[in-house]
Amino acid sequence: MEVNVTINGAARTAEVEARTLLVDFIRTNLSLTGTHIGCDTTSCGVCTVLLDGTPVKSCTMFAFQADGHEIQTVEGLKNGELHPIQAAFKEEHGLQCGFCTPGMMLVGKALLEENLNPTDDEVRWAISGNLCRCTGYMNIVKAIQTAGAELSAAESGATA
Amino acid sequence: MYPAAFEVTKARTLDEALAKLADLGDDGRVLAGGQSLIPMMKLRVAAPTHLVDINEIPDLDGIKQVNGHMSVGALARHADVVRADVANHTVAAAAPWVADPVVRNRGTMCGSIAHCDPEGDWNSVMLAVRAQVVATSSSGERVIPIDEFVKDFFTNSLQEGEMVTEVRVPNYAGAGGGDYLKLERKIGDYATVAVAIHLDLAGDGTIAQAGVALTAVNHVNTRASDAEAILVGNAPSEELFAAAADAAAAAADPVSDIRGPAEYKRDVVRVFTRRGLASALAKAQD
Repeated sequence: MEVNVTINGAARTAEVEARTLLVDFIRTNLSLTGTHIGCDTTSCGVCTVLLDGTPVKSCTMFAFQADGHEIQTVEGLKNGELHPIQAAFKEEHGLQCGFCTPGMMLVGKALLEENLNPTDDEVRWAISGNLCRCTGYMNIVKAIQTAGAELSAAESGATA
Repeated sequence: MYPAAFEVTKARTLDEALAKLADLGDDGRVLAGGQSLIPMMKLRVAAPTHLVDINEIPDLDGIKQVNGHMSVGALARHADVVRADVANHTVAAAAPWVADPVVRNRGTMCGSIAHCDPEGDWNSVMLAVRAQVVATSSSGERVIPIDEFVKDFFTNSLQEGEMVTEVRVPNYAGAGGGDYLKLERKIGDYATVAVAIHLDLAGDGTIAQAGVALTAVNHVNTRASDAEAILVGNAPSEELFAAAADAAAAAADPVSDIRGPAEYKRDVVRVFTRRGLASALAKAQD
């Protein structure tokens, strides 16, 4: 069946089987390999993408369900320069091996859209569906908060 | 991991979905949030030959107050329940404990209820609050009390061609309170043990209605009837709650597994029931 999506702002189409998982559609059919496959059982969150702005685990959704919807993957964060969440992960050493990072950044981005100044607990709660096998959670929490501060400064700068 | 091949119907209206389900009989499965169904298909524990995807049907995602109850539609996600202004304390307490935040964006309350996984949270909540499940087919609607709906291990009482379109949580008749206490190894893991508590107080402060239901300690979510019988008609007290907690523990028949030995789990039921009753009472009296 034909699946049409808008991914990172671009319209893309591919012909897939009904059972094709969204994550494989993104990685194989659309050749966007920034979205990773980890546990493949809805536990680890490395395959997290934003579906119409909301984080979902793309290993637990069929590609046909995304037909007509908007998807954002890690590749869509950078717009000329690094997105503040990417810059903050770099700055705060929010990644070690980097495998969980795309999911962590997208979940962090979605959190910051609701709350630019999250507490430690709020960040930990928001990323609790995403696992970091390097156990680098301290710096992931810091990075998301740093990005929030950055975005909030940019916002008040824009209104000033 | 890949599911076995299947056909799919992307329903645009409820009538279209129901007509297709009637046509398919036992071969059809409803795809709502898919957070349990898709993993089961990938593990080949389930292999439906035809999925009826209801995600694009409008107006099925409502959470609203109607005629003395809260109605939750078939496409209301767990995250919608977390965000909603839910008056029922048991539902409100349980919602943030279902799965993990990303899964909650997709999984639905009605889907989880229909799934009847004894380690699932919602059916214990629904047993405690005495919810009703609305099953709809192309020939009409049945309103099924939750005790009749939850039949057995992964088994509900839906008939061929029916789907869950709504669950109804009754409002408190008097001063009401509730809680959901869950022990899990990590967020997103199944419950080691969880207990749902519901209290509705009469005008004189005695317990008019009590709900105590258990997750992950039997082959099906279980109403602790003896515990409820101890509570109803009596004035709340620590002694009464301790007696009900002992009865709830006696209703648990857990298995020893990687999440803990049976004896430990049974004791957690006892402790959680006592604590849950105390906190439900505090909320009812607040």
